[in-house]
Amino acid sequence: MSDSSSMIRFDGVVKRFGDHVVLRELDFSVAPGEFVTLIGPSGSGKTTILRLLMTLEHVNEGRIHVGGECLTHMPKGGKLVPANEKYLRRMRKRIGMVFQQFNLFPNMTVLQNITEAPIRALGLSKGEAEARAVDLLDMVGLTDKTTARPSQLSGGQQQRVAIARALAMRPEVLLLDEVTSALDPELVAGVLKVLKEIASTTDITFLCVTHEMQFARDVSDRVMMFDQGQVIEEASPEKLFTQPDHERTRAFLHAVLDRA
Amino acid sequence: MSGDYSYIFSSILSGLDATIEATLGGIALTIVLSFVAGLAMLSSSRWVRFVSRVYVEAFRGTSEVVQLFWLFFVLPALVGFKLIPLFAGIIVLGLNHGAYGAEIVRGAVQSVPKAQREGAIALSLSPFQRMFRVLLPQAVVEMYPPFNNLFIQLLKSTALLSFISAGEITEKGELLRPVYGSKLVFIYGVELVWYLLLAVLITVVMRFLERRGARRLGREPAVRKRRRRVSQKVPDTTGAGL
Amino acid sequence: MNWDWENARDSIPLLLQGLLVTVELTLLGSLVAYVLGLVFALLRRSRIPVVSQAVFLLVEFVRSTPLLIQVFVIFYLLPEVGIRFNAFTTGVIALGLHYATYTSEVYRAGIEAVPKGQWEAATALSLPRGRTWTGIILPQAVPRVLPALGNYMISMFKETPLLLAIGVLDVLNQAKEQAAVTFRAIEPYTLAGLLFLLISLPSSILVRRLERRVGQL
Repeated sequence: MSDSSSMIRFDGVVKRFGDHVVLRELDFSVAPGEFVTLIGPSGSGKTTILRLLMTLEHVNEGRIHVGGECLTHMPKGGKLVPANEKYLRRMRKRIGMVFQQFNLFPNMTVLQNITEAPIRALGLSKGEAEARAVDLLDMVGLTDKTTARPSQLSGGQQQRVAIARALAMRPEVLLLDEVTSALDPELVAGVLKVLKEIASTTDITFLCVTHEMQFARDVSDRVMMFDQGQVIEEASPEKLFTQPDHERTRAFLHAVLDRA
Repeated sequence: MSGDYSYIFSSILSGLDATIEATLGGIALTIVLSFVAGLAMLSSSRWVRFVSRVYVEAFRGTSEVVQLFWLFFVLPALVGFKLIPLFAGIIVLGLNHGAYGAEIVRGAVQSVPKAQREGAIALSLSPFQRMFRVLLPQAVVEMYPPFNNLFIQLLKSTALLSFISAGEITEKGELLRPVYGSKLVFIYGVELVWYLLLAVLITVVMRFLERRGARRLGREPAVRKRRRRVSQKVPDTTGAGL
Repeated sequence: MNWDWENARDSIPLLLQGLLVTVELTLLGSLVAYVLGLVFALLRRSRIPVVSQAVFLLVEFVRSTPLLIQVFVIFYLLPEVGIRFNAFTTGVIALGLHYATYTSEVYRAGIEAVPKGQWEAATALSLPRGRTWTGIILPQAVPRVLPALGNYMISMFKETPLLLAIGVLDVLNQAKEQAAVTFRAIEPYTLAGLLFLLISLPSSILVRRLERRVGQL
């Protein structure tokens, strides 16, 4: 069963909200260092996949593995039981997430937003954490904003801080949840440029939900078309965007690209 | 004649100490109990939630005057010693207003956007760190206006301590009444002005704290609008918004 | 000192008598507060600046000072100028006036919550000002504020015992009398507390239910 060649693996995952089935027996895996983009109509469950990986939601059935270890369940007395908070906290350190609405902490400066978790959760010294933060701010082009408050930044700047904040934890997996959807059009490019650079210079595994098809095409190793709680088609971006096999994929791409 | 007025004034002034002590002591106890009980009501442990809920409902459900009489006249018979009036007064003021404050704390923490909690989870912060580093610092700013009302309510309640002879302003005034029956306007006027001044002082301090807190969160304090907000859950029973 | 069931039983008739007085005070006081509060709220919107500012100052002053002293002023000071009320009436007036300053804020918020478009539509239809208030604005504002008004009635109920200072025979004062007769404070005071709980807890639940209904408006 244990498949060490995958960084993320979903086995028969079912997620329901009340009577509404969002994910029905979902299976898929992502290799280490791979950049996988999920596309599909809204409400199809893409964001739920990311939220399950970040343990913001919990599966109803099935298992999720991250880096060869079970995320949803932990061994106890020879069998697997639902993971408790302590176990989840250890697993979460391997995973980072960038949110659509940034979710920066308004009560902290930019620098504090980035150093908070490395100090509190990883136990880094203040000096180490700040050194990391300064490097990351340099990478996202915001070195002059260390002492600013999130509210003083534009949406694009806030999202770049959020990216730096997630990277400061040195995650093995980074989840990108529609990270440009809340941005004004002219700010999108700056954020995507930063992400492209990270994707090409690190060995982080990415799972990305986006409506930016050009970006998906440029950075993805693989694109998965998702509809009604199931992967209906997956392929390299070249193949999927130019000659999709599935009628629904074609219809979706047609609608999205027409709009753009 | 003017000797009478200055005697009345200084006599009432001699109760100001006790009024201020009762107010500050009551506020201190209120803050502690509000946070303890308010956070306890958000606990994941059913038992902790139950205990704090019982405290809050018991003190909000009964009358403050009755609580004062109970602590001062009944408790001594049960435990065998009598509390100093001012001290008993501070305890009742704190216990009573702490129960209201607990709902303020709970409500403010719950009003922090869910996304903030999720952001903290995604960064692997522990439940304790999430509460004290992320949620509470944001919630506190929401608490200033309702706590301002609560503290003025508490200030007004210190007048009830005249029932147990705690030596505060109202009691001093009532002691003067039999002798200076023709100068009641002056007596009550002086008392009311003192309460008004203290109420304004509390409001000034709380507004300052709120503005400072809002600036830290990078928010513009919409002071006038927020202060006038009608709370449906906890009746906003005070003013002093001069 | 232990709990004495006999003394507890003996104090119940007096306490219930007192409770009746407390409830009467609360109902009459609330009535005054509801009517006077609306008057304050409407006067605050008066177009004559002197009127609205005077009402504003009066409301802030009454809100910021202790009810107990206001009771004393009505009971001891007003007779000096020839206005005399008995203790019960003093209680109703003092509670009503004090809580009117709270309810006026409730009405104000309720009135402000009515969308501006409603006023504009009334103007466009050339409705007279009085009719705009009674036919359009208040019917929308009042239902929304009912829960808040209910909460204030419960608050007032719990504040009535301070009227024992001028000799009103409410629940607590009856308990005090009983304690003075028997030299046993524990039973009457504890029962008095329980009586408050017995009435205010179900009332709060009723108000909460009302809140939910109003929330669906």
